Amino acid sequence: MVKVNGEPLDIAGKTIAEYLATTNYDMKRIATELNGDIIPKATYADTVLKDGDSIEIVSFVGGG
Amino acid sequence: MNNDKLIIGGHEFNSRFILGSGKYSMKLIEAAVKDAGAEIITLAVRRANTKEHENILDYIPEGITLLPNTSGARNAEEAVRIARLARELGCGNFVKIEIMRDSKYLLPDNVETIKATEILANEGFVVMPYMYPDLNTARDLVNAGAASVMPLASPIGSNKGLATREFIQILIDEIDLPIIVDAGIGRPSQACEAMEMGAAAIMANTALATAGDLPMMASAFKQAIEAGRKAYLSGLGRVLTRGASASDPLTGFLRD
Repeated sequence: MVKVNGEPLDIAGKTIAEYLATTNYDMKRIATELNGDIIPKATYADTVLKDGDSIEIVSFVGGG
Repeated sequence: MNNDKLIIGGHEFNSRFILGSGKYSMKLIEAAVKDAGAEIITLAVRRANTKEHENILDYIPEGITLLPNTSGARNAEEAVRIARLARELGCGNFVKIEIMRDSKYLLPDNVETIKATEILANEGFVVMPYMYPDLNTARDLVNAGAASVMPLASPIGSNKGLATREFIQILIDEIDLPIIVDAGIGRPSQACEAMEMGAAAIMANTALATAGDLPMMASAFKQAIEAGRKAYLSGLGRVLTRGASASDPLTGFLRD
């Protein structure tokens, strides 16, 4: 299992790009962290998710 | 006045009103930015979701400098992580450090804020730390590489005004960075007073978000901040400790 924003998903073995292609995230508006390290967009296609990995996908929201 | 620029980390701004974007509809952002005359707007970073298709960036007019905050961070490490993610989102290298470990009063942790400032300044961020107004902390922030210092006026979201007035004045008098009063400013008159004291700029969010007519309040703040700035640059008239001083001639009275 891979945790995506805290939710366990059965996506081990896929690359980040492959996983994101199955979602509705606005690719221009997100940043991604894998196990605490930022993953540049250019490497999404080369980064394979492993069992036990944790991804955070973030975007901007209103704030003060 | 035309040459009176606010300079933060080498970037020049004409406006001295930093606008928050929290707690109101994205659809009001454009009007708020326009009526506030704002050139800097703050944002937060949160987990993305796939359900909402609207993104706040689509509502912010072009040419506005984005100032992501690190809200949600409880220590320096978490703030650094959020700042790096914010930069990865690709909207510049400004960051407002906001570190709180108290959820009741939301007061900033000055010690952790100094640590995060040093790390992020070394990584090339333009660091604008939100802090409890304390001179020693402010000096440490200067040494850590901060681009401005953002002392709170009163607790975040309280609209209570300049509760820390005397301590903000000390920062204005002693610190050579822009002092930007952040948090607690609830009314244009309070923003004006802070500007008269010599604050470099005002940051407000809740005062607008909880106002009856947000764009009109944005405009009221803009005018108050400009008035306060002009008053500061003019040099305020003196205050008598006792007695009175006539404004009219003391001769030529219509009597014997």
